[in-house]
Amino acid sequence: MSGGRRPMATWAFALPIFGLLLWSVVYPNIAVVAGSLEQGLAHWRAFAASPSDREALVTSLEVSVLSVIASTAVGLPLAFLLSRVEFTGRRVLSAVATLPAALPPLVGVVAFLFLYGESGVITRGVQAALGLAEAPWRLTGVWAIVFVHGYTMYVYVYLFVAAGLERLDGSLGEAAAGLGAGRWMRLRRVTLPLLTPALAGAMLLVFMSSLGSFSAPYVFGGGLRVLSTQIVASKLNGNIGVAYVETTVLALSAVAALALFRWLERRRRYTISGKGGAAVRSPVRSPVLRALAPAAAAALVLALVLPHLMVLLVSFARDGAWTTQVLPPEYTLDSYRRLATQRELWRPIVNSLSMAAIATAANVVVCFVAAWLIVLRRFRGRAVLELLVALPWAIPATAIAIGLAATFNRNDIATGRILLVGTFWILPLAYFVRGVPVVASAVESSLRQMDPSLEDAARGLGASWWLTMRRVILPAARPGLAAGAMLAAVSAVGEFVASVVLYTHANRPISVEILAQLRDLSFGTAAAYSVLMIALVLGITLAARLGEGRLDREVTEGGTVLAS
Amino acid sequence: MSAGALSLAAVSRRYPGAARAAVDGVTLDVAAGELVALVGASGSGKTTTLRIAAGYEPADAGTVTLDGRDITGLPPEHRGFGMVFQHYALFPHLSVAENVAFGLEARGVGKSARLARARLALDGVGLGEKAARPVQALSGGEQQRVALARALVIEPRVLLLDEPLSNLDPTLRESMRDELRQMLRRSRVTALFVTHDQEDAFAVADRIALLREGRLLQVGTPEALYHAPASRAVADFIGRGAIVPAGDEGTHARVTVGGVDQRVAITRPPGERAGAAAGIEVVLRPEALALTAADVAGAWRGEVRALRFAGASFAYTVALAGGVVVEVASSTRLAREGEPVGVRIAREPLAAVPAGPEAAA
Repeated sequence: MSGGRRPMATWAFALPIFGLLLWSVVYPNIAVVAGSLEQGLAHWRAFAASPSDREALVTSLEVSVLSVIASTAVGLPLAFLLSRVEFTGRRVLSAVATLPAALPPLVGVVAFLFLYGESGVITRGVQAALGLAEAPWRLTGVWAIVFVHGYTMYVYVYLFVAAGLERLDGSLGEAAAGLGAGRWMRLRRVTLPLLTPALAGAMLLVFMSSLGSFSAPYVFGGGLRVLSTQIVASKLNGNIGVAYVETTVLALSAVAALALFRWLERRRRYTISGKGGAAVRSPVRSPVLRALAPAAAAALVLALVLPHLMVLLVSFARDGAWTTQVLPPEYTLDSYRRLATQRELWRPIVNSLSMAAIATAANVVVCFVAAWLIVLRRFRGRAVLELLVALPWAIPATAIAIGLAATFNRNDIATGRILLVGTFWILPLAYFVRGVPVVASAVESSLRQMDPSLEDAARGLGASWWLTMRRVILPAARPGLAAGAMLAAVSAVGEFVASVVLYTHANRPISVEILAQLRDLSFGTAAAYSVLMIALVLGITLAARLGEGRLDREVTEGGTVLAS
Repeated sequence: MSAGALSLAAVSRRYPGAARAAVDGVTLDVAAGELVALVGASGSGKTTTLRIAAGYEPADAGTVTLDGRDITGLPPEHRGFGMVFQHYALFPHLSVAENVAFGLEARGVGKSARLARARLALDGVGLGEKAARPVQALSGGEQQRVALARALVIEPRVLLLDEPLSNLDPTLRESMRDELRQMLRRSRVTALFVTHDQEDAFAVADRIALLREGRLLQVGTPEALYHAPASRAVADFIGRGAIVPAGDEGTHARVTVGGVDQRVAITRPPGERAGAAAGIEVVLRPEALALTAADVAGAWRGEVRALRFAGASFAYTVALAGGVVVEVASSTRLAREGEPVGVRIAREPLAAVPAGPEAAA
């Protein structure tokens, strides 16, 4: 690795990146902590004394732990089933298994509302079938949130474990079998221990996403308090000092969870070499199971695509006509027609697209330079830069939003503040901050796959710094840049959690507009927006794939943080 | 430990969608305590044969028996075999001792007992001191020995080894050959091992089974395969040497190269009678030939193309008149590259094989 040869050039790039990240990532967090201490410990005492805050903290942790359990309970067996067993319907099931993750956070919640809510299609269907006077269940409380989380977040566990199984050296299982280990001993003593790093990574992701989750508790919480919704409520009620305390507590819980997982991970670290080749899928032996497999697979596929279908169906419902029927009684293209013709309804779409584009472009430039510095340069401060880049990942979106609101609320050159709150630019900034770890980790993993001696080889052949950058480093970083940019753009287009804290009427994004339409009971319009959002997400994904050929799986896996 | 006798009878295996069978009617007996090498080029079916013996791969036809008992359908965990994998397949999350103790754990041996036995097994391969280390801290040669200890500690009826030496660097490989044979001999285990390297097979095995395209070409001692190959394919694969057409004269053969005849005694493959084949070819091994001056009567004329110093001898590559290229071993330096030389047969008898389809052309 060629560090230190041109320290000036390195620092010429490192200093602006440090400055930008300190200013946009670290400073807001300091502002929040400072804000919480504005009146000494008074806000903290108020927090400690408030039963609702204590309830919020406990519930947040409870929801997160239960979400991890639910996601693991679904994702782990599914990963084993799809990687190790051959059955009719496997291909279709594999194809749709990751679909829930493609639902933007609020859209998933909306779809569940239409399906399993008190007046949802499934709920009413069961009620009608059983002749009940009331809805058979109410989609509120901890279990409702965990249900939604389990549906969207099991994908992390599934993807990580499936990738782990693919990397697992098949000869290890054979070696264990040859030494006399039966199926259970192989699973318990060989397969699961080797999957632990992948599983722990996925569980961490689910935990962090659940802890920062906002839309599910907001819509299904009922009277339930969790930290993220409590923060927004405190802010709206004017208790900004308490909101700062709650934000600090939420961020600290997330960082503590991260540290705990990392510590556990470090205790069992070994590289898994894939030399022996992955184990092959074996067919189902039992004839009964083999006969049942297609039906079971079909049921699972249906359950997985139902939310998407439901949103599509409701988007054709006439606003206001769907009241007590199981299915919407009237269908029309009105919702789409209105989206296309009414300026006010078109506005959020333009907002989301332009803000996502700005944030993603900034992510690409900043994260490429940061990843280049981290992977290919040796300089003092490299570890700090690595930490800065990863930091927004550890901080829930609500906390990021409150931090930005606390920092960029006035023009004050002396303290490095400029007024962005209430302007268009606050949301692109929020999206940018959330996108930094995603894009940076993707580019880092691409650059790490590059043989570092390529850079030396280019220089040895007389290439200038610029030529080396353009013809050697940038091409090596490209798969990661494409994958990272895609993920960042997809999350920005669907972003809700930070948006709902920071938006103004003028720059309101699609997600916030969906919520507004739901409040007006304009289900058709809300669903039409949701369909549009799904289409945008798919469009961006396809565009990135077409542009870059097949996406590197490892890169995609590296930094998916689409916290709901 | 009781070594078992392993038999494969007409074992075949064709992978789904493959054009030809990976293993095609292989019959092979490995006596108790015997060391047999399965040798062949890549794609010859040797690893598939081994995996069928181990139970990792099903056989489409044929039977596998252990001491006369049919074990064809028995899963690997119930065969009681030991297996050493090409890349060792050591469990990365377990220590060296835990790896070795794994098979004992599967047999319900208590923790302290199995760790003590693992320790003994590790002492046996000279790694007792590294029992507590993580396996990834070991060198390739050490990992190989741990894999061997792990396979031997369960006192296997049969030990199967898949390319056990291929992952070692050349120097280590030479010394490990002898060590492997000694360790296997000492444990008196029945062993079947796969290698693409005949030197490995010569050094370790009592008998060699040579495979090509899924079929067994010949089974025999290393000397038999070298000096009495059953076919042109065996002669071609085993050892160095040129194979040239010859006139069949019963106990002798007339070898004509570039218009010059040399008459030599021959040995035929067992069961092959004079005049039975469409013609014969003889195998010209480097040590059976000698260089002469270019104008010696009765010697084939040629020119030295390349000269290689090989320690105890020089290896000359000589292009003979008539397009035949032979290798000649000589203990002295007699000629330089580009110089004309004569070549005569210096050691008899030569191995004769039935002419292959290549000779007819």
